[in-house]
Amino acid sequence: MVAFQARRAWEAAAAVLDPEVPAVTVADLGILRAVDIDNQGRAVAQVTPTYSGCPAVLAIELAIEAALRQAGFDPVIERVLAPAWTTDWITEEGREKLRAYGIAPPVDGSSSKRALFGEITVVCPRCAATDTSKLSEFGSTACKAQYRCNDCHEPFDYFKCI
Amino acid sequence: MPPALVAALIGLADDHLILGHRLSEWCGHAPMLEEDLAMPNIALDLIGQARGLYTYAGELEGAGRDEDALAFGRLERAYRNLLICELPNGDFAHTMLRQFYFASFMQLFWQEVESSTDATLAAIAAKAVKESQYHRRHCAEWVIRLGDGTDESARRMEEAVTLLAPYAGEFFIADPEACGAVAAGVLPETQALQHAWQADVEQVFVAAKLAPPEAVYAQKGGRRGLHTEAMGHLLAQLQFMQRSFPDMTW
Repeated sequence: MVAFQARRAWEAAAAVLDPEVPAVTVADLGILRAVDIDNQGRAVAQVTPTYSGCPAVLAIELAIEAALRQAGFDPVIERVLAPAWTTDWITEEGREKLRAYGIAPPVDGSSSKRALFGEITVVCPRCAATDTSKLSEFGSTACKAQYRCNDCHEPFDYFKCI
Repeated sequence: MPPALVAALIGLADDHLILGHRLSEWCGHAPMLEEDLAMPNIALDLIGQARGLYTYAGELEGAGRDEDALAFGRLERAYRNLLICELPNGDFAHTMLRQFYFASFMQLFWQEVESSTDATLAAIAAKAVKESQYHRRHCAEWVIRLGDGTDESARRMEEAVTLLAPYAGEFFIADPEACGAVAAGVLPETQALQHAWQADVEQVFVAAKLAPPEAVYAQKGGRRGLHTEAMGHLLAQLQFMQRSFPDMTW
């Protein structure tokens, strides 16, 4: 019964969309670590913050709390710092959804300095061309940089690798 | 946990909050749109790092002070930030050089904290190290572009080198509050980072065709709560809402 409730709580929390990138869920991004039912019957959701400067962290926690409440649970949000979130935790499905939404997903592993500094080939999420150039290291949110496709000439966001 | 670590963490958090606040003053005033995005983005990272440190310091202290109480509820003498963080922005060259100095120092600092014996600090460092590397590179590029740019941009950058020279030394003066944490392998010894920092600055200065900064007397006092004239004015703005409406929420 507890396992069933935990599963149901996970499903409710996992469906919450990222407020800045509503194409992906918190589960796709790897932000939602676990949902368990504690011995008082409360749904404890473990959430990990992404970029230090991401102002959406609080909004995400509130949204998960609301989703759990709506599903009939008594929610508790636990912020977990260690181990630190990296872009490697974005699921394959999440990367695909980002691409479909027009955001190039992070290239390479987060431990790669080349990936962090953009000395890499970022593929255009619209036309899949590899001839792209960086416009700005900083974009509309903490997690994004700005690129342009030299083939289809569309500008696009690139999800920074950390 | 000894209260000394709390004071050391508050000092570190203050560096990030105060410099982040300074940087945010550029929002809407940057010389180009990309920089208008870049500087507040860097400021957000710094303030985010400060929040993590304040929250953790408050937990260790166990006196019920949260991040807001620490960020907004103290008097000037209780802030322990390095003086370089509170200096007025000056022009864009001055801001970029200061940010480069700070990011270069912090990237070395966080690298060490990644292997801290304290798991929470190691986790904060794991993200912050990548963020400060990113900031360092962005600012170093501007130092090079302006230093090796037009006569006017080079003059501005040279002036920034002179103005900031007395403040860079404070990075490497040991914080007495951090001694215990250093001995316990929780925080690194900052003096040990000086050589690597100087090498990094030198390498960028060569590319920027800038003369290395002259060795001058290091201004200090930030870690003891002794601030420059600029600090009170900064706090007046930073704390205004909490002072007017204590414990307000949005």
